[in-house]
Amino acid sequence: MKVLVSVKRVVDYNVRIQVKSDGSGVVTDGVKFSMNPFDEIAMEEAVRLREKGKVTEIVAVTIGGAKNEETLRSALAFGADRAIHIKEEGEVQPLTAAKAFAAVLKKEGAQLFLCGKQAIDDDANQTGQMVASLLDIAQATFASKVEVDGAKAQITREIDAGLETLEVDLPAVVSVDLRLNEPRYLKLPDIMKAKKKPIETIGLGDVGVTAEAGTKTVKVSPPPARAKGVMVKTVDELVAALKSKGLV
Amino acid sequence: MSKILVIAEHSDGKLNAGVAKAVAAAQKIGGEIAVAVLAADGAAVAAQAAKLDGVAKVVVVNNAANAYPIAAVLAPQIAELAAGYTHVLFPGTTFGKDLAPRVAAKLNVQQVSDIMAVHAPNQFDRPIYAGNAITTVEAAAGTVVATVRQASFNAVGEGGSAAVETVSVSAALPSHTRFVKIEAQKSARPDLQAASRVVSGGRALGSSENFKVIYDFADKIGAGVGASRAAVDSGYVPNDMQVGQTGKIIAPELYFAIGISGAIQHLAGIKDARTIVAINKDPEAPIFEVADIGLVGDLFTVVPELQGKL
Ligand SMILES: Cc1cc2nc3c(=O)[nH]c(=O)nc-3n(C[C@H](O)[C@H](O)[C@H](O)COP(=O)(O)OP(=O)(O)OC[C@H]3O[C@@H](n4cnc5c(N)ncnc54)[C@H](O)[C@@H]3O)c2cc1C
Ligand SMILES: Nc1ncnc2c1ncn2[C@@H]1O[C@H](COP(=O)(O)O)[C@@H](O)[C@H]1O
Repeated sequence: MKVLVSVKRVVDYNVRIQVKSDGSGVVTDGVKFSMNPFDEIAMEEAVRLREKGKVTEIVAVTIGGAKNEETLRSALAFGADRAIHIKEEGEVQPLTAAKAFAAVLKKEGAQLFLCGKQAIDDDANQTGQMVASLLDIAQATFASKVEVDGAKAQITREIDAGLETLEVDLPAVVSVDLRLNEPRYLKLPDIMKAKKKPIETIGLGDVGVTAEAGTKTVKVSPPPARAKGVMVKTVDELVAALKSKGLV
Repeated sequence: MSKILVIAEHSDGKLNAGVAKAVAAAQKIGGEIAVAVLAADGAAVAAQAAKLDGVAKVVVVNNAANAYPIAAVLAPQIAELAAGYTHVLFPGTTFGKDLAPRVAAKLNVQQVSDIMAVHAPNQFDRPIYAGNAITTVEAAAGTVVATVRQASFNAVGEGGSAAVETVSVSAALPSHTRFVKIEAQKSARPDLQAASRVVSGGRALGSSENFKVIYDFADKIGAGVGASRAAVDSGYVPNDMQVGQTGKIIAPELYFAIGISGAIQHLAGIKDARTIVAINKDPEAPIFEVADIGLVGDLFTVVPELQGKL
C-alpha cells in the first residue's frame, strides 16, 4: 500500500513571530523555517506503518516556493521513498492545496493520505478534511492512534469529549495530532541518503489546479497587549491581590 | 440581507454550549438566523436551539445515520441545506473543525477558521501563528463557511421561541466511516470551556498522583481543571484537559497556571482569560510576562497554603 504525506514549510514553532509594521504580514526574513511539526508526526507515522509491514511506499508532497525543497529533503531523510514538489511561489490557500493533493492522491493511487491536523502558520485546520471531501473518501482527523488492517483502518481521535474511535474503509485521509507519536531524530546518514532520492517538480497547472484568489487578507495586526502584571512575594500578598480584584 | 445557518453540535440529546456562541457571532453578522439539527431524533435538541435568542427558525433532519456525528455523513446533508444561505457557521470545537472544511469543499469555497470578531458580513478577524498575530480577512464571493472561536463570543440568552421545521434531504450518504466507540471523560468538575475559574497544572506536577494538589485546589474554589501539553503527554491527565493552540482555547475570569512555563502554544489558549495568576519556582519563566499576578515559589508548598487561606 502506498501512502502520501503532505509536508508544509512553516516558520519554526520556536520563533517568536513579529508582525510587520505596515500590517502586511509577519516578518519572515532571517527567520528559521522548519517542517510543520504535525507533518513530522505524519511522516513518522508513515515510516512506522512501513516498519510494521503495512506500507510499501511513502511519497512526500509539498506545495510552495523553491525553498520547500529543504522540507522535502527532511521528509526523504525521515524515510520517504520519493517526493513531489508542486512549485508555487504565491499564496496557496487550503482549498487550493486540497485540490492539488486530491489530484496527486488519485494519480498515485495511494490508499492513505497523512497530513498534519493544522499548519502552525495559518492555523487553518482544513486541508485534510477538504481532500477527503473532494474525493468523497473517509476522513479521521486529530488522530492519536492509527491501526491499518487490510483495506480498513481503526483510528482513535482526540476530540473535546475525550477519545473517539472510528473505523474507515481505505482510501482515507488521516490528519494527525501531537500524541500520535514522537518523531525520530534525523541522523546524518539518513540526511545524506536523502540527497540522492528523487524529487519530481511540477506546477499546480500540471494537476489541473489554479490558485484561486479566495480569502483576501485585509491586514495583519499584533494581538492586543495585556496590561502589565504585578509580582507578589508571599501567599498572603497573593490572597490580598485576588481579594482586591474581587476575584475571591 | 444575510441568511445564516448555524450547525448544532449535540450529544445525548443536549445542545452543545458552543452553539449559543456561534449564534452570537451570527447576530454580529446580522440577518436571519436558522439553526440546523441533524440527529436520529432531533426533537429535544431542536427545542433547546429554538430557545436561543436571535434564532428565527430551527430546521431538523431526522435520520438514523445521524445518530452519531460523523463528518463524512453530515457534510453532504449540510451542503444541501446550505442552499439559499449566505453563511454557514459551526462552533469552533473539534466537531466544527472536523466538519466545516468538508462542507466548504463541497460548496467549493475557502473556509474562514476561528472567527474572533465580525467587521462586516464578509470581513472577520481570526488568529494565526498560535494567536501571535491577528489577521483581518475578507471572504470571497459565495457562501461564507466559518468556524466560531469559542473564547471570543458570549453565549446568547435563552428567551427565544423559534419555529421548528422538519425537513428531509436527498444527498447520498457514504458508508465508508463507522463509529466504533467513545471514551469520554466524565467529570463532576465545571466544564473547562465554560468555567469562570480554571486551574491548570504543568510538567512540574511530576505524576498523576501529584496532580491531586491541582484538583484539591480547584475543588476548593469551584474551578475547572486544565493542563499543559507536557502534563498530558507525560500521562498525568487525559488529553481533553489540554489547554493551548492545539488543545482548548478558554476565556475564564480567573486562570491559575501552576508549574507551567508559558510556552507560546500554551499561551495561545489563555489569551482571553481576564486575570492570569502564575505560580512557578523559576522567576525567569515566560509565564510571568503575561501573568497579571505572579508568585515565585514551589507549587507543592504554595498551592496548599493558598488553598488554606481562601
Ligand atoms: C505544534 C505544537 C503545539 C503545541 N500545543 C500545545 C498546547 O496546545 N498546549 C500546551 O500547553 N503546549 C503545547 N505545546 C507544547 C509547548 O511548546 C510546551 O512544550 C509545553 O506547554 C510545556 O509544558 P509545561 O509548561 O508544563 O512544561 P515545562 O516547559 O517543562 O515547564 C514546567 C515549569 O514548571 C516549573 N516548575 C518545576 N517544578 C516546580 C515546582 N515544584 N513549583 C513550581 N514550579 C515548578 C518550571 O520552572 C517550569 O517553568 C505545543 C508544541 C508544539 C510543537
Ligand atoms: N502548501 C502546503 N504544502 C504541504 N502541505 C500542506 C500545505 N498546505 C497544507 N498542507 C498540509 O495540510 C495540513 C493542514 O494544513 P492547514 O489546513 O493549512 O492547517 C498541514 O499540516 C500539511 O500537512
